Amino acid sequence: MPIVHPTTPHFRPPDPQENVLQIEDLNFVYPDGHQALQDICLSMKAGEKVALVGPNGAGKSTLLLHMNGILAGTGRITIGGLPLLKENLPTIRGMVGLVFQNPDDQLFSPTVFEDVAFGPLHMGLPEEEVRARVTSALQQVRMEGYRDHLSHHLSMGEKKRIAIATVLCMQPHVLVLDEPSSGLDPRARRTLINLLRELPVSMLVSTHDMALVSQLFERMVIMDEGRIVADGNTHALMADESLLQAHGLERP
Amino acid sequence: MHDNVFDRYQPHDSLLHRLDPRVKILVTILFILSNILLPDGAWLAFGLGWCFILLGNLLAEVGVGYTLRRSLLALMFSLATVTTIFSIPGNALTTLHLGNISLVATDAGVLRFVSIMLRAWLSVQGAVLLVVTTRFPDLIHALEHLFMPKILVTIIAFLYRYLFVLTDEVMRMMRARQSRSASIPNVHGGGSLPWRVHVSGGMVGQLFLRSYERSDRIYNAMLARGYTGQIRTLFSHVMLRKDWFFMFLACLSLVALQFIGRIH
Amino acid sequence: MLHSPAVMHIPDGFLSLGVSITCWLITIFILALVLNHINRNFNERQIPLMGVMAAFIFAAQMINFPVAGGTSGHLLGGTLAAILLGPWAAMLVMTAVMAVQGLLFQDGGLLAMGANILNMGLLTVTVSYGFYRMVQGRSKTSRLVMAGSAAWLAVMTGALSTALQLWLSGTVQLDLVVPAMLGVHALIGLGEAFITVTTLAFIFRTRPDLLDGKTQTRGSRGWVLAGLSISLLVVILSPLASVSPDGLERVALQLGFLNSAQASKYKLLPNYSLSFLGQTSLSTILAGLLGLLIVTGMVIILARSLRRKGK
Repeated sequence: MPIVHPTTPHFRPPDPQENVLQIEDLNFVYPDGHQALQDICLSMKAGEKVALVGPNGAGKSTLLLHMNGILAGTGRITIGGLPLLKENLPTIRGMVGLVFQNPDDQLFSPTVFEDVAFGPLHMGLPEEEVRARVTSALQQVRMEGYRDHLSHHLSMGEKKRIAIATVLCMQPHVLVLDEPSSGLDPRARRTLINLLRELPVSMLVSTHDMALVSQLFERMVIMDEGRIVADGNTHALMADESLLQAHGLERP
Repeated sequence: MHDNVFDRYQPHDSLLHRLDPRVKILVTILFILSNILLPDGAWLAFGLGWCFILLGNLLAEVGVGYTLRRSLLALMFSLATVTTIFSIPGNALTTLHLGNISLVATDAGVLRFVSIMLRAWLSVQGAVLLVVTTRFPDLIHALEHLFMPKILVTIIAFLYRYLFVLTDEVMRMMRARQSRSASIPNVHGGGSLPWRVHVSGGMVGQLFLRSYERSDRIYNAMLARGYTGQIRTLFSHVMLRKDWFFMFLACLSLVALQFIGRIH
Repeated sequence: MLHSPAVMHIPDGFLSLGVSITCWLITIFILALVLNHINRNFNERQIPLMGVMAAFIFAAQMINFPVAGGTSGHLLGGTLAAILLGPWAAMLVMTAVMAVQGLLFQDGGLLAMGANILNMGLLTVTVSYGFYRMVQGRSKTSRLVMAGSAAWLAVMTGALSTALQLWLSGTVQLDLVVPAMLGVHALIGLGEAFITVTTLAFIFRTRPDLLDGKTQTRGSRGWVLAGLSISLLVVILSPLASVSPDGLERVALQLGFLNSAQASKYKLLPNYSLSFLGQTSLSTILAGLLGLLIVTGMVIILARSLRRKGK
């Protein structure tokens, strides 16, 4: 179950009965006319961990950007029962923890503490609460000692973990990660895998790393050319070689 | 996800596209100069100038209304210029009362105001035609031949090359910030103004450090390709007969415009 | 979103030929000095650095911070460039930025580009560096404070010179445009000051070596003198132009900047005055100095709070 801090009376705890994520008939066309998403239907229960795979240009990143309203297509998206509408966006951003591929884009404060604290501070939480959340988030990504480090001096693996911490401290209902293991050396990658395995949060992870998928994710969604072409048990899908090949994927 | 938001250039193979960029730059500048030299109230000349622009649009194959849609003038300056209506002596048209101040609009004032607006409007459309028909690298290369110092040309070329890369980074940074800008219902969020400035300053600082370190990598790459401090470019622009002819025609038209503008 | 925030990019058609050409001549002269200096102390490493820095300034102008009710503030960058790159490179970099803004985006005219480069590139860098140079090597707080004040003054300088150029072209009425431009830019200048200071604070904490004086330049006294005298001119001229424009007009007529046909008739607005600034020139000059002190005070407070966070 996701962690809920008891002193935030206004925070809406996730309901285990509801789908944490529900996407219905999502279509998106870029301004230049390119149809990036077509009839996307996807739903996730609380606690599920889902991998999103597919070749480049399949629309994975585009789909992820719809989760917190950065892009807006036609169709219905609901997060923890709350419909994704313009007036709800500030609340939705607290419920969807979106972590981008390049951590440098997300770490814009001098110290780790300030970067992680940005989210809770923006939400207007009291100082004590902010500190507690930062400590808890850093613990979850196993970087407690890095509070006063300069973000600029961290390694890629450390930056990625801090980037995850920056959204964890907002206590999101669902964590959405874009290529979390790209650019990591084997050791950092292993640390990341263990981290993701232990996090009790619902997760939707877009990745090319099929080994990561088979180790961590029970459910896999395959996208190609803007559509979802398969959605089911990871091992079952991975056994289907022709399916994988047809969509530019390989077995790990 | 890459819009060509930054490039006004439209790739066509029109008459204007095929002209030497130096000619296009010079003619644009002369056109702007001509506009400035035309006296207030030279309606016929302004009208003819507008016809030249329309003709330019057609010759560039961008549609007659293209430059019109992109000719929004800086509002602030237009507003400031409104004051000329009340400050040039002439025959009073109407009087405006603001508290205990009365402002008298004069015919000369209105004439001056409208003329300034027309000059600005025509000039910006000329500039739009220039960039719509000329690739930016050709443009700066032409500037080099028109006596712009080489070092400045090089810096501008680098600017153009890395503009998209850096603005992309900025967009992603702002997106990332937006993604973490959440609020809880019934709790006042957003942080204080000094805090928001602090965060923005951090973003600018981050961008600076990454740009600075990027320039290190670029320098190393240039060294690896034999850079010793001299930037050399290939001279690829040759003035053809059609270029000279266009230049001549344009100058003739603008001189004629000046005469037309001064006949009463 | 793409454009820089200050409303100082003058389009074509608003400046008379005389003013445009004069500004071009001044700009070309100063750039010739800059290029001469850079060529004499040529360091090949500088070329890619200046190029990328020009792109950086351009991109940094897009970063915004919400101020109130939907408006947001942005960076102009002249002060930042001057402090980070030194005055010579900064002027070249800002010139490149202005050139691309004018050429590619029609943000500012082509014939008017000389004036725009002068206002937003050359004057801002000179004022900024002149002030900053006074505290080079001193404590971090004093440098941050100076940077903030310099940024505010630089924006005001650019605004005033823009207003003067428009007035000398007969496009606007002096006693209306100067208070308007200066008023708007006093606020924009505050934003510039704050974001310049916070950016420098960030760099101080992460790469202080980039601020340690590699961009030191010889003949610093000349810069300080230039910066201070321009600022003094701004402080004196601004209130004068707002309150006693006929005085300024008379001087301009005598010096030949205006011909009598262009001089607007201030007698149309005999009772127009800025009561909150007072009626005499002296009091308005004092008001300008007071404004400067207030900005300095605010920047000191900001710098102190940033230093506390740093501990």
